[in-house]
Amino acid sequence: MKLYCLSGHPTLPCNVLKFKSTTIMLDCGLDMTSTLNFLPLPLVQSPRLSNLPGWSLKDGNAFLDKELKECSGHVFVDSVPEFCLPETELIDLSTVDVILISNYHCMMALPYITEHTGFTGTVYATEPTVQIGRLLMEELVNFIERVPKAQSASLWKNKDIQRLLPSPLKDAVEVSTWRRCYTMQEVNSALSKIQLVGYSQKIELFGAVQVTPLSSGYALGSSNWIIQSHYEKVSYVSGSSLLTTHPQPMDQASLKNSDVLVLTGLTQIPTANPDGMVGEFCSNLALTVRNGGNVLVPCYPSGVIYDLLECLYQYIDSAGLSNIPFYFISPVANSSLEFSQIFAEWLCHNKQTKVYLPEPPFPHAELIQTNKLKHYPSLHGDFSSDFRQPCVVFTGHPSLRFGDVVHFMELWGKSSLNTVIFTEPDFSYLEALAPYQPLAMKCIYCPIDTRLNFIQVSKLLKEVQPLHVVCPEQYTQPPPAQSHRMDLMIDCQPPAMSYRRAEVLALPFKRRYEKIEIMPELADSLVPMEIKPGISLATVSAVLHTKDNKHVLQPPPRPAQPAGGKKRKRGSDDIPDCKVLKPLLSGSIPVEQFVQALEKAPDH
Amino acid sequence: MPEIRVTPLGAGQDVGRSCILVSIGGKNVMLDCGMHMGFNDDRRFPDFSYITRNGRLTDFLDCVIISHFHLDHCGALPYFSEMVGYDGPIYMTHPTQAICPILLEDYRKIAVDKKGEANFFTSQMIKDCMKKVVAVHLHQTVQVDDELEIKAYYAGHVLGAAMFQIKVGSESVVYTGDYNMTPDRHLGAAWIDKCRPNLLITESTYATTIRDSKRCRERDFLKKVHEAVERGGKVLIPVFALGRAQELCILLETFWERMNLKAPIYFSTGLTEKANHYYKLFITWTNQKIRKTFVQRNMFEFKHIKAFDRAFADNPGPMVVFATPGMLHAGQSLQIFRKWAGNEKNMVIMPGYCVQGTVGHKILSGQRKLEMEGRQVLEVKMQVEYMSFSAHADAKGIMQLVGQAEPENVLLVHGEAKKMEFLKQKIEQEFRVNCYMPANGETVTLPTSPSIPVGISLGLLKREMAQGLLPDAKKPRLLHGTLIMKDSNFRLVSSEQALKELGLAEHQLRFTCRVHLHDPRKEQETALRVYSHLKSVLKDHCVQHLPDGSVTVESILIQAAAHSEDPGTKVLLVSWTYQDEELGSYLTSLLKKGLPQGAT
Repeated sequence: MKLYCLSGHPTLPCNVLKFKSTTIMLDCGLDMTSTLNFLPLPLVQSPRLSNLPGWSLKDGNAFLDKELKECSGHVFVDSVPEFCLPETELIDLSTVDVILISNYHCMMALPYITEHTGFTGTVYATEPTVQIGRLLMEELVNFIERVPKAQSASLWKNKDIQRLLPSPLKDAVEVSTWRRCYTMQEVNSALSKIQLVGYSQKIELFGAVQVTPLSSGYALGSSNWIIQSHYEKVSYVSGSSLLTTHPQPMDQASLKNSDVLVLTGLTQIPTANPDGMVGEFCSNLALTVRNGGNVLVPCYPSGVIYDLLECLYQYIDSAGLSNIPFYFISPVANSSLEFSQIFAEWLCHNKQTKVYLPEPPFPHAELIQTNKLKHYPSLHGDFSSDFRQPCVVFTGHPSLRFGDVVHFMELWGKSSLNTVIFTEPDFSYLEALAPYQPLAMKCIYCPIDTRLNFIQVSKLLKEVQPLHVVCPEQYTQPPPAQSHRMDLMIDCQPPAMSYRRAEVLALPFKRRYEKIEIMPELADSLVPMEIKPGISLATVSAVLHTKDNKHVLQPPPRPAQPAGGKKRKRGSDDIPDCKVLKPLLSGSIPVEQFVQALEKAPDH
Repeated sequence: MPEIRVTPLGAGQDVGRSCILVSIGGKNVMLDCGMHMGFNDDRRFPDFSYITRNGRLTDFLDCVIISHFHLDHCGALPYFSEMVGYDGPIYMTHPTQAICPILLEDYRKIAVDKKGEANFFTSQMIKDCMKKVVAVHLHQTVQVDDELEIKAYYAGHVLGAAMFQIKVGSESVVYTGDYNMTPDRHLGAAWIDKCRPNLLITESTYATTIRDSKRCRERDFLKKVHEAVERGGKVLIPVFALGRAQELCILLETFWERMNLKAPIYFSTGLTEKANHYYKLFITWTNQKIRKTFVQRNMFEFKHIKAFDRAFADNPGPMVVFATPGMLHAGQSLQIFRKWAGNEKNMVIMPGYCVQGTVGHKILSGQRKLEMEGRQVLEVKMQVEYMSFSAHADAKGIMQLVGQAEPENVLLVHGEAKKMEFLKQKIEQEFRVNCYMPANGETVTLPTSPSIPVGISLGLLKREMAQGLLPDAKKPRLLHGTLIMKDSNFRLVSSEQALKELGLAEHQLRFTCRVHLHDPRKEQETALRVYSHLKSVLKDHCVQHLPDGSVTVESILIQAAAHSEDPGTKVLLVSWTYQDEELGSYLTSLLKKGLPQGAT
């Protein structure tokens, strides 16, 4: 059993598990932090961005100045942004049988895998994962395609040139494999390969392995996966949460008795408390708006935004913000808000109960009804006529490199009255802000990451007791910035096995048994013998049939009657056909009895 | 002998009061817990005393499964759980769990408030009963206990309707509840995988009907409604609040839109708004088209259909009214019917099945003079139409489902005996499986022969499988091993391993035999002759001549030695183990016959 690690990003994993005769890909996350090296794509031409000076080498050589631009001491690639794909060379991806998706954030590389590697298998995911994943992909494609950029820089990727660049460009990995965004056509084709599954549904793979998604509590439809045969069990834990937000709570009990537990997708901000962050978010928002400033919240179109809107729903009246307009701008804003209301079965108990009344589970329905929250596909069109300030704008993309957020950064960045509040933890806010410097606007960092922290992990591991834990190497040492915090790493016995990008791990367990079915006729013919108290033995001679990886034992065929109808004397004339199994000889020999029997024998 | 037992307490050769007991692998499951629309006395609920006379139901039943929210499938639930007493789990899908209590409350109101029945279940009992419900997802495998598992499949029919697979070990039963094999305007078609259950329990409401195309039926329906409205008549469509109502609303809504009609359409009871809201929130349970377009246009937001008020019934001019309940046995639909029945311009369209004893059933069977309460006689002059819009599978659909699931046996419920008989024959002919149709209280017993799962050591299995790849793989090969049974843990290992594990020493039992052979040649030559002889006789066995001069046949050793006294005689020493007894004794007797002359 082997684990091929195709992604180095701990929260955007992509691993391939070879188990029995199957090849299973676990998630295919897309590392989008690569886009931070690129200049933002403005929706409206921005004189500031287009007038940034070209970058030249220390010796004044400026041959890269078309590709690289400098802004406040940072160097950016002036090109269509590109993403860092999972490793495609480590294993032949056309041999992957199935892909298991754990949540909508971990499927963003799917079109690259299903459309360009010869993949012919099936993808399994829950319905909310697919629907919201589609929205995220649609938004991404839309953001990038609606501002076509003529330039596609590639000179800087040359290894010899890259060495000369300042960091972080110098240290960027695998730049030659970075790819531009996929098209909607590729997205549709990729999504058509997905088969929908429900929590606790048992899915048979070739009769050899059974996979089951379990609720992971992190997002709508998010799941952990159990991959098991009759005698071995691997748990794949990816992006789980024990906090009570909107999704169904995490199913921990089913993870028990695992031989191996692969642990990915822990919180990216282990030191922050999500509840505290939400409080800070609300108070900073209120403060800014009261002072007449605008608030910009760069966010994904689904996920934490539902919780933020719910908090604001409870908060705005008490904070006197009833007249402040909230705008949610995304090509998929409407769909996201509508979809959130129809997944009753995937929600936490409280929300489910509301649906039974029947009422919409999320209060943003009421915010929309009362006109407090308005949503627009983009800042063009209706929005420009409705736009009132001060206001709060939720929009993407959280990397600040594309999407409507770029426009608002340019628009509001110059005034210190305004605030940008970062809630998504996927991108370093300082790096995200770098191409907008110098900036007068206030920046608040309230990352809300509800995924497991290290205290919760150690509790979970104590509870479910896996024999072995496998995790990304980042989790086996304290974060580089807090190297003294020994509590910010996984602590378990035996120590977790760690992996890094492009590594192959041999998982430490040996298969010893396999299930086989004994047909009832054969079972009837068996003669068990009690050898020791409570232990019986029976010798079995049977015919083995194997079909679709299922093994069945059938009674041995009766000796065929001699052909020709003539009765032949059975005995020494016939060559014995197949061996009849003799019972095993063991135990003590009753010598007395044996001698007596010999004496009675007629010949002697 | 293990067996599966099925006893319908209701819905056996009957429609209504669905309630079927199944015993499988030592587990007892109750499928549905319905009421009968045709009765107002004790017979309206299943006779639970059949399960146990004085024990607690909880001790006898491992779980209860409700297939969908129609009252003939869940109407007796509060009575069963709160008045008779059952505290175990009750499984149903989320939409069923949401809608079921509302219909139960409605039912209770009609029974208690309108008919003044005493000793009926109360609102609190409905609430307490619903607390025992565990909601299931489609395709989720629910582990009721360590051995019993259930799984829901999409059934169409109404929002949240499901078929259930009940499984213990390798034995399984599938219960369809009510289902529809053709997608309609708001629901998808039922689907099940090739799960090969021991038994398929299927409804058979339309056992003999093969319906024409749905389009034709819809066109007919619209034509009739349109004509009636054109001539200024009033159209009454008795429906249940959830289910066909939404289907017909969508149909009329789109027709009104297209034809630009002005006559008002009403929907009775306060449930409407609420009912449609359920459809909006559970839109994932509707058909693909509605799910796909719901963000742009939600099909359950009707423009032309307004809430009905009692006073509207006397308004002049044409109108269309959807009123509950669907079989004209009580409530608003019956009230309106009485008001409009006398006018031949009016029309009543029965869009679904009517149970015997209801007004709906009477007028459909041609009765035009109805005796109402208080000896009043109502003359029906209005047009009476029947259109099968109930979302049940027709004969073709039932056969299709049987083909999909590939059961070993089929059992029919929820239908009329005569029609079942016909379908039973058809199923037995076409699928060559046994088909049963027990009456209420009658038990069907099916013997099963489950195979026994054991663990085989991978070493043993791999060795055998590798040999299965040899050229003569077609010949059945025997696998030899030892089954170790310890408590309920069964493992099949190689005999050597079994002895080793149990710390037992294996005895070697060897037989040796001397065969005298007249042969003056040297021992080596004798051995060579023996070798060639055996080689020619035993074509299927491995015969070898070893460098040290001995001959082996499989594991049997033959050595030639000189006779101590007679130089013209050689002694053949034959030695074999107990395991090779047959071959050994065969060889000895073969050699005793001597070697053929001329063999070298």
